[in-house]
Amino acid sequence: MKSDRRHFLKAAGVATIGVAAGATAAEANLLDSAKELLLGPKGAAPYPEAKKNARWAMVVDTRKLTAESMEKMIHACNHAHNIPLHPLRKKGDKYNKDEIKWIWEEEFENAFPGQMNEHLPPKVTQNEVLVLCNQCENPACVRVCPTKATFQRDDGIVIMDFHRCIGCRFCMAACPYGSRSFNFKDPRIASLEINPEFPTRMKGVVEKCNFCAEQLDKGLQPHCVEACENGELVFGDMNDPESEIRKVLRNNYTIRRKPEVGTQPQVYYIV
Amino acid sequence: MYDSGKIITGLVIFVALFASPFILNVGGGAPAVPQPSLDTPAIKSMGNPVCVRENMQSNHMQVLDLWRDSVVRDSNHTAPGIDGQLYEMSLSNTCMECHSNKAEFCDRCHTYAAVDPFCWDCHIEPPKEG
Repeated sequence: MKSDRRHFLKAAGVATIGVAAGATAAEANLLDSAKELLLGPKGAAPYPEAKKNARWAMVVDTRKLTAESMEKMIHACNHAHNIPLHPLRKKGDKYNKDEIKWIWEEEFENAFPGQMNEHLPPKVTQNEVLVLCNQCENPACVRVCPTKATFQRDDGIVIMDFHRCIGCRFCMAACPYGSRSFNFKDPRIASLEINPEFPTRMKGVVEKCNFCAEQLDKGLQPHCVEACENGELVFGDMNDPESEIRKVLRNNYTIRRKPEVGTQPQVYYIV
Repeated sequence: MYDSGKIITGLVIFVALFASPFILNVGGGAPAVPQPSLDTPAIKSMGNPVCVRENMQSNHMQVLDLWRDSVVRDSNHTAPGIDGQLYEMSLSNTCMECHSNKAEFCDRCHTYAAVDPFCWDCHIEPPKEG
């Protein structure tokens, strides 16, 4: 057979493609079977109580909030998530750049800056409200994250993958609610008592409220909701028209923080 | 030949110095690869220890990586053990419940291999025994 350079190159090209395709297919098969072995069949339901296809949201009833009840809810969250309590820099300093905030008290005019009507009842304007990550439908933080460390789950929760965060803080700049905190200091040194169930973070990552995704996956309620005694917080599935939260939203007029920025917050406030 | 005495002496000294690490190690062999210790109260109390099917000694890096992505990104929190039961994929809770001897189980090999994973910067170490 006549063999020239042209034939040789053609054959070599075909052979390369063939080998590469075979290897990729084999690798993909191997990876799939290894994954199934290690993770179990796809869609196995280990926690049957956990709700599927939900869209989680929260209603905060500011009429029922008291200083003590807010304290209790904040403490439940801080303890469950090993949130560091870095001391304020000096007495009287309300804000501290080292502070890590998942759920905290905020003055009404700061929480709802665009909605200050004149002559509002003092119980609205003078009381502090409970604020947390709004778990936006349209989260700006997710859009700007260069590493996909923060992402939105199928149930709408905006969550952090602390393993991937590079601490660039784009998400903090993008969040219109200041709901994200940066660990300038080692979080472990300032945690009160460490809860072994939940990891601490390391210096140099951003963190925020995760709507207690680890609780929801087991079919439990978030820690702050479990801690409230008079129904100050209502948590539930927006996709279920019969759920408690949908009833509360039907029967009460609610407002949301900064609706004008278009992020569609999923934390509603009854005032 | 000029200065052959000095050159040859120098060469002998050089070769001896260069080969000294090899010569000194002849017969000694490499230090033995440390074996992770399975001697914890939790493992001892189990008649037939149940763990993952994979050979964890050589593959735990890939397995743990797969698990962490599965838990954090896919909200899939459990994996089957040898017995087919589902166990929670959690380093500090499930793994360390049995392997509570971190110094003998994790650190011994990591020190030998000079790898320094930063798992414990975030995940909580089991409290020291005794």
